[in-house]
Amino acid sequence: MKTNIILAGVGGQGILTIAAVLDTAALASNLNIKQSEVHGMSQRGGAVQSHVRISDKEIFSDLIPLGKADLIISVEPMELLRYLPFLKKDGYLVTDSNPFENITDYPKLETLYNEIKAHPNHILIDAKKIAKDLGNSRATNIVLIGAASSMLPLSEESLLNAIKSLFERKGERIVKKNIEAFFKGKEIANEFVS
Amino acid sequence: MKKLLLGNEALAQGAIDAGLSGVYAYPGTPSTEITEYIQKSKTAKALNIHSKWSVNEKTAMEAALGMSYAGKRAMTVMKHVGLNVAADVFMNMSVSGINGGLVVVVADDPSMHSSQNEQDSRYYGKFAMIPILEPSNQQEAYTITRHAFDLSEQLGLPVMIRMVTRLSHSRAGVDTLKSEIQNSIHLPKNPYQFQLIPMHARNQYQHLVDIQSDIRENSEKSSFNKLIDGADNSIGIIASGIAYNYLMENFEDNGCPFPILKITQYPLPKRKLKKLYDTCTKILVLEEGYPFIEELLTNFLGENNKVLGKLNGYINRVGELNPDNIAKALGFEAKKEGKVPEVVSGRPPELCVGCAHRDLFEAINKLSEEMGSQQVFGDIGCYALGVLAPYKSINTLIDMGASITMAKGASDAGIHPSIAIIGDSTFTHSGMTGLLDAVIENTPITVIISDNSAIAMTGAQDSSASGRLVDICKGLGVAENHLKIITPLHKNLEKNIGVIRDEINYKGLSVVIAQRPCVQLPKEKKDKLKRLKSVALN
Repeated sequence: MKTNIILAGVGGQGILTIAAVLDTAALASNLNIKQSEVHGMSQRGGAVQSHVRISDKEIFSDLIPLGKADLIISVEPMELLRYLPFLKKDGYLVTDSNPFENITDYPKLETLYNEIKAHPNHILIDAKKIAKDLGNSRATNIVLIGAASSMLPLSEESLLNAIKSLFERKGERIVKKNIEAFFKGKEIANEFVS
Repeated sequence: MKKLLLGNEALAQGAIDAGLSGVYAYPGTPSTEITEYIQKSKTAKALNIHSKWSVNEKTAMEAALGMSYAGKRAMTVMKHVGLNVAADVFMNMSVSGINGGLVVVVADDPSMHSSQNEQDSRYYGKFAMIPILEPSNQQEAYTITRHAFDLSEQLGLPVMIRMVTRLSHSRAGVDTLKSEIQNSIHLPKNPYQFQLIPMHARNQYQHLVDIQSDIRENSEKSSFNKLIDGADNSIGIIASGIAYNYLMENFEDNGCPFPILKITQYPLPKRKLKKLYDTCTKILVLEEGYPFIEELLTNFLGENNKVLGKLNGYINRVGELNPDNIAKALGFEAKKEGKVPEVVSGRPPELCVGCAHRDLFEAINKLSEEMGSQQVFGDIGCYALGVLAPYKSINTLIDMGASITMAKGASDAGIHPSIAIIGDSTFTHSGMTGLLDAVIENTPITVIISDNSAIAMTGAQDSSASGRLVDICKGLGVAENHLKIITPLHKNLEKNIGVIRDEINYKGLSVVIAQRPCVQLPKEKKDKLKRLKSVALN
């Protein structure tokens, strides 16, 4: 069983935190993983993406072929749409609704939301607000992992352990906030789906 | 448990475990994380492995050769265009040969994600007549690096490892093995080996030519080069490096029906290649970069229609490979479902909010209004983004250091003003010699060193220029009354324009150092820089 995930965002938004949680959980679950990332010029405020592939079999390509992604997780609504050619027909979209406007021709938000809502399997949430309300706006990405968790080939336990181990250095309070963020994301996504 | 490592990190761990004594490098995407991994490694620290950045790739490679001369294992790391800078020592050290194992790691950047060209380093390896290793995955990057040091000492030659962006910057689980201990100091047995005066160099070069058959035989027997059987002989596929992964991806769990020659070690294994060539109707060559293997197999007059690849349009010549363009070459249809909605705008990279380069470009653009445009020569670094909107301040970007020398040439041709913009680290990398040219002739150009005290584009590594720029410029002979320092901040805009305007109007060489630390630097580094600067100015 192979799961292909594309993580999308703008350089500096921290999509690699999401990648690190998925990688750590997959490795601890004895699954194979390949995860590509963007370094260098493009990461300065430009569009960035990471391909994450998890499987119990050997994984060859570091890049996901077109039309083979099971899930796109994006921390920015326009960046989500940039990778639609990679999505499977019945694939899922999970995204934060807050725009990152550093270009002059950023489209109207409503148009973007309509494009996202036109897709049958979408979860469009204000993850930033959820994180902020919990008192840790930096946990936006963890809210999104929670929201996507039911679509991941990883157990909740392995994801929580990964979050714990990644934030351990920053102290117990930060770990707790991130775990709360995970569960809040999961809860909101459930409401969304039902 | 496996370690989760980038291809670059797996390679670095392989080097540490191979008994490395020193890595020498200058940062450059996609190669940077190799050296950074060794710098951060506790094991490397405990083993006292040298890992401090060098001023440029040439100084790095020469220092690595010096460590090899002393009998220890050394590695030098760079991006593809960095090898152009180090080409002098690179071409000569294959003639001298090495003492302690010496591995040259070059990371190519097909698709130019963060580079100005797509040059394929395998040509350099062939040019220098040394073995090249090209791993296909993270585990192989680890294993091959260990092997590279053994191979280097076995053949007495430097060995090249060629990486590409997608392997450098992708993570996977990697199994590591027990590490070897470092070599102790032992000087070269043959005292003439490193003395490349013509009478010795002729013998050394003859030796290099003589051992080519050994190098080829080693490749022939290498377990990294695999001829994999397939039932369908209508196509035989040669897949080198990561092209192998993209090929196999297209057959997922069913396996490839065609015979495959997986290439990981060069020179090409002739017997295996001939076997594939003779038994298959067509040959499809899949390789990242230039058609290096393909050109060897096709004939110049184009009468050989057996080989399919980049030269006859089966595969894109420009840009990197991926599972989809290889699917197309295999005759499979792409499974693309959705398309990018029209509302999605492009989002190119941009200078950080608060970046000092922004304030400098603002001043330059104001001056361009009164002094004419297209006369600003740029260089390699974050400030290259000044080519793009909204600034569009820079008119050229060619190679490290070319801003100063191109400004000089343009000035010699009669253009005035002629302005060079160069970063602090690019200046110490390749700008100082060009500045000396301008000093000698007192060429009427204005060199602006945009000093953010970091190698910013690659992740704000320490710059060799930090705290030394004023002394360097004075030492090179720049007149003190035409060596100015400005602080690029919006509130200083008018003042800064005034300083630059005065220097442009001076009909001789002037240098303006625009000094403000990179916003990406952590606070403790910025504080350290402040102390350095006050020392330099006193």
